[in-house]
Amino acid sequence: MNKIISKEYFSANVVKFVVEAPLIAKARRAGHFVIVRVGEKGERIPLTIADADISKGTITLVIQRMGVSSTKLCALEAGDYITDLVGPLGKATHIENFGTVVCACGGVGTAPMMPIVAALKKAGNKVITVLAARTKELIILEEQMRGYSDEVIVMTDDGSYGNKGLVTNGIEAVIQREKVDMCVTIGPAIMMKFVSILTKKYEIPTVASLNTIMVDGTGMCGACRVTIGGKTKFVCVDGPEFDAHQVDFDEMLMRLGGYKDQEKEEMEHKILHKK
Amino acid sequence: MNTKRDEQWRVDLRAKIKAKDRTNLERVHMPELDPEYRSHIRNEEVNLGLTPEQAMAEAQRCLDCANPTCMEGCPVGIQIPDFIKQIETGNFLEAAKVLKLTSALPAVCGRVCPQERQCEERCIHLKMKKDAVAIGYLERFAADYERESGQISVPETAARNGIKIAVVGSGPAGLAFAGDMAKYGYEVHVFEALHEIGGVLKYGIPEFRLPNKIVDVEIENLKAMGVIFTNNCIIGKTIAIQELEENGYQGIFVASGAGLPRFMNIKGENLVGIMSSNEYLTRVNLMDAANPDSDTPVYKGKKVAVIGGGNTAMDSVRTARRLGAEKAMIVYRRSEEEMPARVEEVKHAKEEGIEFLTLHNPLEYIGDANGRVTHMILQEMELGEPDASGRRSPVEIPGKTKTVEVDEVIVSVGVSPNPLIKQSVPELEITKWGTLVVNQDTMQSVSIPIIFAGGDIVRGGATVILAMGDGRRAAKAMDEWIKSKG
Repeated sequence: MNKIISKEYFSANVVKFVVEAPLIAKARRAGHFVIVRVGEKGERIPLTIADADISKGTITLVIQRMGVSSTKLCALEAGDYITDLVGPLGKATHIENFGTVVCACGGVGTAPMMPIVAALKKAGNKVITVLAARTKELIILEEQMRGYSDEVIVMTDDGSYGNKGLVTNGIEAVIQREKVDMCVTIGPAIMMKFVSILTKKYEIPTVASLNTIMVDGTGMCGACRVTIGGKTKFVCVDGPEFDAHQVDFDEMLMRLGGYKDQEKEEMEHKILHKK
Repeated sequence: MNTKRDEQWRVDLRAKIKAKDRTNLERVHMPELDPEYRSHIRNEEVNLGLTPEQAMAEAQRCLDCANPTCMEGCPVGIQIPDFIKQIETGNFLEAAKVLKLTSALPAVCGRVCPQERQCEERCIHLKMKKDAVAIGYLERFAADYERESGQISVPETAARNGIKIAVVGSGPAGLAFAGDMAKYGYEVHVFEALHEIGGVLKYGIPEFRLPNKIVDVEIENLKAMGVIFTNNCIIGKTIAIQELEENGYQGIFVASGAGLPRFMNIKGENLVGIMSSNEYLTRVNLMDAANPDSDTPVYKGKKVAVIGGGNTAMDSVRTARRLGAEKAMIVYRRSEEEMPARVEEVKHAKEEGIEFLTLHNPLEYIGDANGRVTHMILQEMELGEPDASGRRSPVEIPGKTKTVEVDEVIVSVGVSPNPLIKQSVPELEITKWGTLVVNQDTMQSVSIPIIFAGGDIVRGGATVILAMGDGRRAAKAMDEWIKSKG
């Protein structure tokens, strides 16, 4: 049981929690994730750690309300307890001074990108962050990102804020302007797929943090398996970060949709009908 | 030798019935749920257990041998004639106490041990062409009787010595180790990665073979002996091995199990609807996914193929049947004779309408436009020369393949050890299969003395009872090692 210290809304459907977890706060590095479970009938879901405070013994999680489990989690308030929280899991981000790094994130992928941006900056990189979302209200953590990045480029699909266009338009503008040594991308699988296609064209090494379905998160079940360069890998223990150009994104997208029908049904029975 | 055998009541008991008459008694049949009924009921145990009368009658069959060979077959050294003779006289609670002298989990072992390959295989009756004494049924009976009587005895523990010991993983190896170390007087702290204590006993073995509540009682018993359990804590991730040492733990027993499920790396294996038996069983057992109240989803395939011939494969295919599969198939590349699964599991599976496609091996899976599996292509096999395992090896019959319709495939072809501990302690010596290298007698790591290990992290995929045997040996050796350090 882990106590929620504070809750903040980034937008109507995006919640930030600061949660008591002293051991995880101490052990975690940029790129790590946790598994959480809400309630005795709850599902185990992976969430990348957005931030941690060792002195306060807390970690920060950012959740987008989507299915049954994230809806239940987002319904918790400060002072409530998360039934189960375990981590840190996965391999930490490989950080070194690459030179100029573009960090491209979409939606709630911005939250787990924050510690990576901070670590890259600390290692001496020039960090250009591209924040992308459908519309203005879904752009989160812009202020914090500006604090860690040399430059922040905001992209919205509808042009309601920053530049109008997709994340890839933002990245390409940078590539055409200056030499980019490295790209890191976190966001919806479809977004990362197109980032990967773009950077491959320009031969820029790219790391993608994958967010697959998991059960245990410790290598035991294989629900998270993906194909990397023709080989099956487990996101939970081999990742979550991989060479984006080696990832079979189409297979990953297909596997992510595996439980869509059940999800929809569960949503209708457990959340929508209860209102 | 065994002084208990010389006690007057035992001598009198032996004299009561002639050995020949004991041998001529028929072995008891385990009462079972009706196959048709049980193949649609998810959570009811198949074996119903013996009645007191049945147990006492079966106990009469045991000859109380002067040299009980059955005990040589038991990895944890249960004093078999001692507990059976207590049953014969109706002292069921005493029988349970005898079991607990050497086994932390008698109700579990009585259900899931392959007795026919261990104690019962060495029973004297077999030499006389008779059925072995049903040692496993009797063990289960005594443990169940004690639990249901509400008079559960807590094994005696030595005076606390204040020495802290850490256990990584709460499966059978960890629990057996924890029980013995608590008896020796150590302060035992068990760390479990999942939210439930029990390891494979909870996430792996289904309710119809081992109900969770039985595991929980055994865990409560360990708690009563002073063992501390912490869930949601991954040694090597949440807390480093070095931190345990720094925090004063004087011994670490690694029993983190066989983490990674193996796949066959064939075409189409990542299609939707194909998963490991670990994933399938974890969803159904640990997460209770087949219960509509559970938030965890699970596929309820109508045409389900399970690849493999072990106990986990049987557990998976029988679960699939219970979740509504009209066609539930075992696909195994050798013949039934070579199957590693227990005879009882195969028998139960057949009674429940499971089809056995032996001498078949999957070649490829085919999916629909949504990436969902629809067919499997199987290679027909025949048996060739014996291989390294001593079993006749399966050989492809050229050109003979068949295509079978499926909507769910569960891959149960083994597991590899969990890599997390090695990632945390790179200097730990492992084999090329990823198992930890330990001294076979003491279970002590050859590279880092504070670490002992047992169960699947050492064996790579074995049984509950072998894991428990490792736990017991490691406890004895660690106790001696700590004392020798002074």
